[in-house]
Amino acid sequence: MDFSPLWISLKTSFIAVAAVFFIGIFAAWRVSKAGRFKGLADGIFTLPMIMPPTVAGFFLLLIFGKNGAVGKFLSFFDISVVFSFSATVISSAVAAFPLMYRTSRGTFEQLDKNLIYAARTLGMSERKIFFKIVLPNSSASVGAGVILSFARALGEFGSTIMFAGNIPGKTQTVSIAVYSAVQSGDRESAYKWVMIMLAISFLSITLMNSFEKHGMKFIKKPFGGDEKWGFTLISRKISAILALKFHLKREGKHLESSALPEAEKA
Amino acid sequence: MTLKCIAGIEKPDSGEIVFDGKVFYSSKKKINLPSRERHTGYLFQNYALFPNMTVEENIAAGICGTRSEKAKLAGEKIKTFRLEGLEKKYPFQISGGQQQRVALARIFASEPEILMLDEPFSALDSYLKWTLEQEIVEVLQSFKGPAFLVSHNRDEAYRLCGRMAVISEGKIDMLDDKHGIFENPKKLSAAQLTGCKNISAAKKISDNEIFASDWEMPLKCAEKVGGNISHVGIRGNYFEVCADLSEENAFEYEIFQKIEDTFSVILMIKKKDTHPEKLIRCEVCNKKWKEIKEGKKYLKISPQKIFLLEG
Repeated sequence: MDFSPLWISLKTSFIAVAAVFFIGIFAAWRVSKAGRFKGLADGIFTLPMIMPPTVAGFFLLLIFGKNGAVGKFLSFFDISVVFSFSATVISSAVAAFPLMYRTSRGTFEQLDKNLIYAARTLGMSERKIFFKIVLPNSSASVGAGVILSFARALGEFGSTIMFAGNIPGKTQTVSIAVYSAVQSGDRESAYKWVMIMLAISFLSITLMNSFEKHGMKFIKKPFGGDEKWGFTLISRKISAILALKFHLKREGKHLESSALPEAEKA
Repeated sequence: MTLKCIAGIEKPDSGEIVFDGKVFYSSKKKINLPSRERHTGYLFQNYALFPNMTVEENIAAGICGTRSEKAKLAGEKIKTFRLEGLEKKYPFQISGGQQQRVALARIFASEPEILMLDEPFSALDSYLKWTLEQEIVEVLQSFKGPAFLVSHNRDEAYRLCGRMAVISEGKIDMLDDKHGIFENPKKLSAAQLTGCKNISAAKKISDNEIFASDWEMPLKCAEKVGGNISHVGIRGNYFEVCADLSEENAFEYEIFQKIEDTFSVILMIKKKDTHPEKLIRCEVCNKKWKEIKEGKKYLKISPQKIFLLEG
């Protein structure tokens, strides 16, 4: 079996998340402090989450294509982004960015403002405040944001296939490999890829929950509200699955126990 | 709000803040000095300790200098604020009183020129409040610069402060030393804030007599009545029992309601044969209450104890 889609996926996701980590946190910090254009900036940064991925892919094609603004500029240096590995990274990063940005902004805004005011009256510089107070006190949610955006980057499909294409060994990620396998009737490899993806997804959730626990070390009150929406969404899914399993198990037991006397009778 | 403007946390709409010749804020000259350059110490209501730092790190957070200088100064403050043994603890692991001491130590370590306390006791039970108040008194005595305390509790303010300002709707209504404010409030808002229970609209009758229209009672005053006096105030515990109507400001009363308080009795009364809009709240100690029960029908209020108030 050719494992290249897995390596491409992992490489893409790691690079995309590394970029999104810094850009997302920076954007979140700036927007949470912004005054007049806050709504507009927030809208633009959240857009990739709301847009269908194919629309995002279309825009990326427009921007990086031969006649696009960035594409034209890059062609001076003989760089073509479309249908290359960098295109998979860019589409994943665009898809993952809003998750990192939103989770970080949520915690930054929920942070007790008095902490920042106190730091200012104590004479700390804005940079020091950010690195010594804002970031450490949001570490749990920022960590969760990383995992969420990693999972999103890993699962990116729509804009990748539009913008990077489906080139085995070059731009074919796992999600695209699943699609290709099903299309060509290769059920077996489709199952394999699906299992691999499921395993990675579960790992992400476990990691995220451990981050959540870690966050409670400092703050007795659990974080409430906005930045948790990612968790709740996923944990709701899990609990629904678990509940179903439990239900089936009980049902099974019930069947067994009701089946037993009959067997004894017989 | 005023304290926040001084500290540079909130930006005032307009005006000027000058401290010791240094301009903190001026809307005219377009100056707005950032908080960190103002050298103010601000004690927040919830103390605002950094939850990710230990006691020691919290105290060192506001110190500028090399690592060893920081450690030395933080160590000193830990000693002065009796925090030995707690250096490595996180804020949520220590008690409210200890948290306040850490917050104060942190402020003092940053060497402020002004100290501001924003309702430091408002969320505490009365016993803890008293303990922390004593500690703050101690700290304030060692502090050389000016200190401001914002409080809604008149007793607390009276115990802790020398001078007081009554702020109503964002404006200073009165600024005086505390004795002045409590003994002669002069302004309606000051009288209300210092806990004057009986306030009535008033009309001038003569130079030393007014008519309290809400109680339908004429009252003699020790002071000369000024032209812009609009209200009159009497503290609930200034009423005295007297034998007959010959004394100044004596009146026959009727009791409407009797309420027992912890150490006194509150009587809601009115002058006999009148139908006033407001009842007078009169607080008497248990001993006086006995005399009243024994049938003394007259009360008086000495003219010196009547507050003449401007609206």
